[in-house]
Amino acid sequence: MFKKLTITALTALILGAGGASAEEGAHITDFNFPFEGAFGKYDQAQLQRGLQIYTEICSACHGLKYVAFRTLADPGGPALSDEAMREYAATFQVMDAETGDYRDAKPTDHYPEGTYPGAPDLSLMAKARAGFHGPMGTGLSQLFNGIGGPEYIASYLLAFTDETKEEAGTLYYRNPVFSTGWSAMPPQLYGDDVEFADGTEATAVQEAKDVAAFLMWAAEPKMMARKEAGFISVMFITVLTVLLYLTNKRLWAPYKPKKEV
Amino acid sequence: MSGIPHDHYEPKSGSEKWLERRLPIISLLYDTLMIPTPKNLNWMWIWGVVLFFALVLQIITGIVLAMHYTPNADLAFASVEHIMRDVRGGHFLRYLHSNGSSLFFFAVYLHIFRGLYYGSYKTPREITWIIGILIYLAMMATAFMGYVLPWGQMSFWGATVITGLFGAIPWIGTDIQTWLLGGPAVANPTLNRFFSLHYLLPFIILGLSIVHVWAFHTTGNNNPTGVEVRRGSRREADRDTLPFWPYFVIKDLFALGVVLVIFFAVVGFMPNYFGHPDNYIEANPLQTPAEIVPEWYLLPFYAILRAFTADVWAVMLTDWLTFGVVNAKLFGVLAMFGSILVMALVPWLDTSNVRSGRYRPMFKWAFWLFLIDFIVLMWAGGQPAGPVSANVSLIGSSYWFAYFLVILPVLGVIEKPLPQPATIEEDFNAHYGEGASTGNAKPTPAE
Repeated sequence: MFKKLTITALTALILGAGGASAEEGAHITDFNFPFEGAFGKYDQAQLQRGLQIYTEICSACHGLKYVAFRTLADPGGPALSDEAMREYAATFQVMDAETGDYRDAKPTDHYPEGTYPGAPDLSLMAKARAGFHGPMGTGLSQLFNGIGGPEYIASYLLAFTDETKEEAGTLYYRNPVFSTGWSAMPPQLYGDDVEFADGTEATAVQEAKDVAAFLMWAAEPKMMARKEAGFISVMFITVLTVLLYLTNKRLWAPYKPKKEV
Repeated sequence: MSGIPHDHYEPKSGSEKWLERRLPIISLLYDTLMIPTPKNLNWMWIWGVVLFFALVLQIITGIVLAMHYTPNADLAFASVEHIMRDVRGGHFLRYLHSNGSSLFFFAVYLHIFRGLYYGSYKTPREITWIIGILIYLAMMATAFMGYVLPWGQMSFWGATVITGLFGAIPWIGTDIQTWLLGGPAVANPTLNRFFSLHYLLPFIILGLSIVHVWAFHTTGNNNPTGVEVRRGSRREADRDTLPFWPYFVIKDLFALGVVLVIFFAVVGFMPNYFGHPDNYIEANPLQTPAEIVPEWYLLPFYAILRAFTADVWAVMLTDWLTFGVVNAKLFGVLAMFGSILVMALVPWLDTSNVRSGRYRPMFKWAFWLFLIDFIVLMWAGGQPAGPVSANVSLIGSSYWFAYFLVILPVLGVIEKPLPQPATIEEDFNAHYGEGASTGNAKPTPAE
């Protein structure tokens, strides 16, 4: 009877979790990402493409202040070569705390903060926007595939319509995926906005997915290490539990004989 | 300790005797570990060990996290990101800690509902029950303050809403709120004191837990039949009980293993599932999030808090009778704290002489409805304010109070209980065959 209790409690948790951040009725596409699920991994090529989009488009206004340049060379991430990472870092200017002057960024520096007022920092955006609650609002996809933020980001980038409105001197762009329906950021991705270094065709959907994947890595760089540690823990504890089960059965055998069938 | 006859520690070597005369600590540990435990405990009696594990896990991971965390409003959020990105294993440690609170509450709810079903709160275990409720209150305070520490949007606004409850106290409320926050609003002083208290309270929980164990080691465990262990002779006691070590330790560790497989799967594969995404946005006092929701384990009480709005007749009546002192806001706060108070008083509200719900046909219905009510309230607490969730919360809250204040007192008078077994041995043998309780049962060969 307490089994019922556990099942009902779990169902309640699933139904009760999270709130949608998209406007009512707006459609967030359930894009597939290689890092979904218990064994999902980041795709190095995709992260590198996403990094390119971030660098050439997003970084004009947004920052990534929690991400250090050195981590771009970490295995499991975009995994740039050490040399490429140093070269890349040097293309950014950061304020030196000691001299108070701008200088080329070093590997230990973080990305600079956003330059455009009101443009949010993107370091954690993929975790802060768990927008996809599918299928049918149950949140089961989040449960099994991950947080649902990259789906939101890619959908958001692709959802702009041509409508605009002006309010208090600011131009807003219609985007049904955005929480208020009107985004201060103009549409960015039309297709062929960048020329991918690896020759992948730069369709708008491809670009949106790649940058969303990169932002997921930026928000959760240790995801693969975490899943690995989780898997090893589950395996070890399963073995231990089986041994404990057998011990317990043996221990209680004189008191709890097998029931006759 | 429990008054149940069993064997005690005998110091043998000279050094053991030397220590025993000065500090009988081995004796104490031996008696604690060897306590005679009813043979018929079912799988709902494992949550105590799970809870002990959760407390130790939270304390150990918490101490290490505190080494890397900075309790300052300007630095807290970044220091958590530092833990997630730069501290070796820090990401796993933090997810263990944040999901550890979910494990803790999941286990405590099953533990509490087990106690409610099997009447574990009834005489002579009232003190065990009351201390349990105090532990639960301390857990809620600890969890709430811990949730504030990452200094995300939900941390900040959750703290604002919950400390605002104290502002509802008439006349002195605002002063109390200011005193708690260390200023007119949630800010750096609030974060500092919450960090300090978040570090302190777990050790108070640990202390209370020791008293909790001490209390039920004095009375002996309850069991699914609710029938007391026979204490007349060693022979009778042995028929009803087995020592905690190794029989129940191994059983509980096996159950803990099953729970931990699920727990580590959550930590490894979906560590943010129970959290709110807004907490990955740094606290911003100028921007209120679209919805402010507490963690899942506080939702039933959040629903009770929000249920009593100004258009409920009981609230209007109270408002009028008290000349506006008890307004809707204060009513909600009183209801929330009252819902836990009535639970604390259940040993005196339940008038039935029968301890275990197993032998109470009418009580069973009321109990299972109460459990469903708890889950429905949890759902309602997580919904944005609206007419449906408001009505559901109101009905759910009403049943909560009716269960403790009307149903339990009345059922004890009108209910006709089923026959109970005379002894635990009888119940045990009924399940496992004649002679099982003496350990003489022979396993039937597998066909």
